[in-house]
Amino acid sequence: MARSVSTRRKALNTLIAWTIGLLIFFPILWTILTSFKTEAQAINDPPIFFFFDWTLENYAVVQERSDYMRFLWNSVIIAGGSTLLGILIAVPAAWSMAFVPSKRTKDILMWMLSTKMLPAVGVLYPIYLLFISLGLLDTRIGLMVVLMLINLPIIVWMLYTYFKEIPTEILEAARMDGATLKEEILYILTPMAIPGIASTILLNIILAWNEAFWTLNLTAAQAAPLTAFIASYSSPEGLFYAKLSAASTMAIAPILILGWFSQKQLVRGLTFGAVK
Amino acid sequence: MATQQSRTLARYMMAPAVILLLGWMLVPLTMTLFFSFKKYLPLRGDSLENGLEWVGFQNFVRFISSSAFWPSVSTTMIMVGGVLIITVVLGVFLAILLDQPLWGQGPLRILVIAPFFVMPTVTALVWKNMFLDPVNGLFAHLWKFFGLSPVEWLVDYSLGSIIMIVSWQWLPFATLILITAIQSLDSEQLEAAEMDGASAFHRFIHIVLPHLSRAITIVILIQTIFLLSIFAEIFVTTGGAFGTKTLTYLIFQRVIDSQNIGLGSAGGVYAIILANIVAIFLMRIVGKNLDR
Amino acid sequence: MKLKSVLCAATAVGLLAAANAQADTITIATVNNGDMIRMQGLTDDFTTKTGHKVEWVTLEENVLRQRVTTDITTKGGAFDIMTIGMYETPIWGKNGWLVPLNGLSEEYDVGDILPAMANGLSYDGTLYAAPFYGESSMIMYRTDLMKKAGMEMPDAPTWEFIRAAAKAMTDRDAEINGICLRGKAGWGEGGAFITAMSNSFGAQWFDMEWNATFDQEPWKKTLTFYKGMMDESGPPGYATNGFNENLSLFQQGKCGMWIDATVAASFVTNPKDSTVADKVGFALAPDTGLGKRSNWLWAWALAIPAGTQKTDAAKQFIEWATSKSYIELVAAKEGWANVPPGARTSLYENPNYKDIPFAKMTLDSILSADPNNSTVNESPYVGIQFAAIPEFAGIATEVSQEFSAAYAGQQSIDEALAKAQAITNDAMEAAGYR
Repeated sequence: MARSVSTRRKALNTLIAWTIGLLIFFPILWTILTSFKTEAQAINDPPIFFFFDWTLENYAVVQERSDYMRFLWNSVIIAGGSTLLGILIAVPAAWSMAFVPSKRTKDILMWMLSTKMLPAVGVLYPIYLLFISLGLLDTRIGLMVVLMLINLPIIVWMLYTYFKEIPTEILEAARMDGATLKEEILYILTPMAIPGIASTILLNIILAWNEAFWTLNLTAAQAAPLTAFIASYSSPEGLFYAKLSAASTMAIAPILILGWFSQKQLVRGLTFGAVK
Repeated sequence: MATQQSRTLARYMMAPAVILLLGWMLVPLTMTLFFSFKKYLPLRGDSLENGLEWVGFQNFVRFISSSAFWPSVSTTMIMVGGVLIITVVLGVFLAILLDQPLWGQGPLRILVIAPFFVMPTVTALVWKNMFLDPVNGLFAHLWKFFGLSPVEWLVDYSLGSIIMIVSWQWLPFATLILITAIQSLDSEQLEAAEMDGASAFHRFIHIVLPHLSRAITIVILIQTIFLLSIFAEIFVTTGGAFGTKTLTYLIFQRVIDSQNIGLGSAGGVYAIILANIVAIFLMRIVGKNLDR
Repeated sequence: MKLKSVLCAATAVGLLAAANAQADTITIATVNNGDMIRMQGLTDDFTTKTGHKVEWVTLEENVLRQRVTTDITTKGGAFDIMTIGMYETPIWGKNGWLVPLNGLSEEYDVGDILPAMANGLSYDGTLYAAPFYGESSMIMYRTDLMKKAGMEMPDAPTWEFIRAAAKAMTDRDAEINGICLRGKAGWGEGGAFITAMSNSFGAQWFDMEWNATFDQEPWKKTLTFYKGMMDESGPPGYATNGFNENLSLFQQGKCGMWIDATVAASFVTNPKDSTVADKVGFALAPDTGLGKRSNWLWAWALAIPAGTQKTDAAKQFIEWATSKSYIELVAAKEGWANVPPGARTSLYENPNYKDIPFAKMTLDSILSADPNNSTVNESPYVGIQFAAIPEFAGIATEVSQEFSAAYAGQQSIDEALAKAQAITNDAMEAAGYR
């Protein structure tokens, strides 16, 4: 609903919006700034904003204590793997729900969403026992599967709403022209669905990256991702704001960067079929 | 239009997702139900191999009659409700604001959605230590700067603080969905209304809000699902003290702190029931709104 | 310096050992305390000596506890060594979940472990976990502020004296709080402190029939005294302060006194982190003249879960990490003030360690704590700041949440005690004690 407005109005809008935007972003900015301070400067009264002695010492300390790359790599594999797995399973399901709807389609969708309401801690023991007997404890594949299952309802639903937006007339026209199912999916559906799939993937990666209950409880040394990395910094001894900030920055930086680069995609895509 | 063949095919394509989710739901659910009727105190040596003692509904009775149960239900409701109200109201406001013509829209949107990318644990740690701490927190400095004595946020406004932290985390999500929705608003309709002399408030109530209702429903539905299981934010900040014990947290205490799997499982069953009540309630609204 | 010879000898022994045994990779779960972080940094020394590699899982205390307890009760086998405390060890040992630590080498000298620690980490006379470091609690105070207040700290003060001193030292304008104590909910945080404190007021958790005793006078006295003193002289928000928060405050010079773990002594006297390093004095934890002091006893110890395939390598690691030569290794690298304290008798006989200002008071505090006889009146349980029964952690966490709410003024002390009484009796009934 972009309309032409006076420059004054635009300036005012800009001022208000940026003030609020910076306010919302401030905690993250503050964390990043603090990570470059010494511990003493981090708790200085009054707080110092920019004019402190910038140091990388905290990052060095954190890196020396724990092998960041290993946690990062696990996070990447687990978040990426679970997303890929989820998409592979969800695309056919969402496709059939959108294009061959039945009376029960909506019920099935709602039921899928309701599986997400199972409180994780209530089923910790059952899942843990299951993982032991399947030999999945502390494996990346085990976590991928769990995170995939957790997010599958969301993926299916998002894809379903995207697919529904695709006009069925096109598909029917293609069928008239004798396109096979494979061709239909490959050449007609896929190009139209790609933006939707992309934002689904993005959202899912973010959700998987930030999941902190299962990733912490089902891992030990081999498969531990960044959530476990952070758990070793949550209350170290003594002055720790700067080190905590450095560890936090390291943990969120990759996903923050990914999010920033794909911001357009996210803004365009996160609709859940809400647009109409 | 759908042939029998394509119906069969559709069923096959849906099967993996449905079967997997069914398994993911049924297996833990069955085990939880099983445990909830048993005396299962692992630290007392109870284990599956040795067989567990059947205790009927004892765990269910004990869980619900505990003095912590009803407060935890109401805390859960207040927390979820509070976060929903804040994120939806501010989300609508932000979405409208960000949709106005202004300079640097792209970078600004990045700033606004950034909190969504931060892990809950990190969010909670940063807020607790660097902002809300009554001695070294930034808020304490701010208060002192204005000559006020620092507020003990996590003690005096514990639930409010947690609601604020969680809202900060979820506001970007609400804003994102609402922006997309608002972009599809027909500007001609608004302009026409403006010509007719409708006030900004009037336009908002009669044109913008109805247009957004679908998106708002979606925000409420998705967020509720995630908010019901809020955990890290409580664990890190108050540890369940000062009236911030939600049902999820209470179950955590029964399972992890007390190591009473039977009692915790009974709590899990209650939580599932509660979640489903909320779900049915929500789905009624959503279903209606989605079908429009 | 005899370090060189120690290292040489150790390496020689190590090479021999490495040649004989196959190399394993062991996974160790540990807590993120400074001493353990240091141990991680020295892992290479172990690997060169034995050939075994080590994978670390370092977690914050609460998360660690949750993680290892889930794993041991389900026999998950995710870890080859777990770092556990004096509370868990006897309970797990009783259930047969831990590998008994017998047959340790001559050189390791198991008899050198402080008897108080060895007792607390044994069940039925068998050692199930080796102490990495041990602690009691004591008073750490600012000598300069004490002098300024015109008072002198006795070696063994009473609570009345502490309260008066705290009041005298408090200077709200300068942000100096007379006393910093734990108030944070959680059985290992504020729960541990108030339990240890209550012992000196004649209170106890359970009577001989396992009934809760929160309805009795000593508990009310304890809480009233604690809250009164903290409201007068404590820092803002003390109801959410735990060990780390208080350490931070003390290091910044914002506390006059702090009663907490003896291991904190090396942090507050370390000039690198502490702004008050050269102004700290030590004294025994206070009493009320009833015969019990309010200091606790705790050890972080290494144990091997039964069922691990790598018992030998795990045992070798435990022998390495809790040995005399490990202490010397740390001393050589980081100085004597930073060695893991409270585990071995020989450390306190070492002339190098005698110069450390807090060494004597640490040992005295540890020696004055008796888990088998911790309360003024007879009690059915073992433990000072805890009762060594499986239900305690759950109960005490809930009870301490009620206490914290009372500290914060959200409910009265009577209300908190009434709730504590109900919670405890209810849980004990559920567990079949009553």
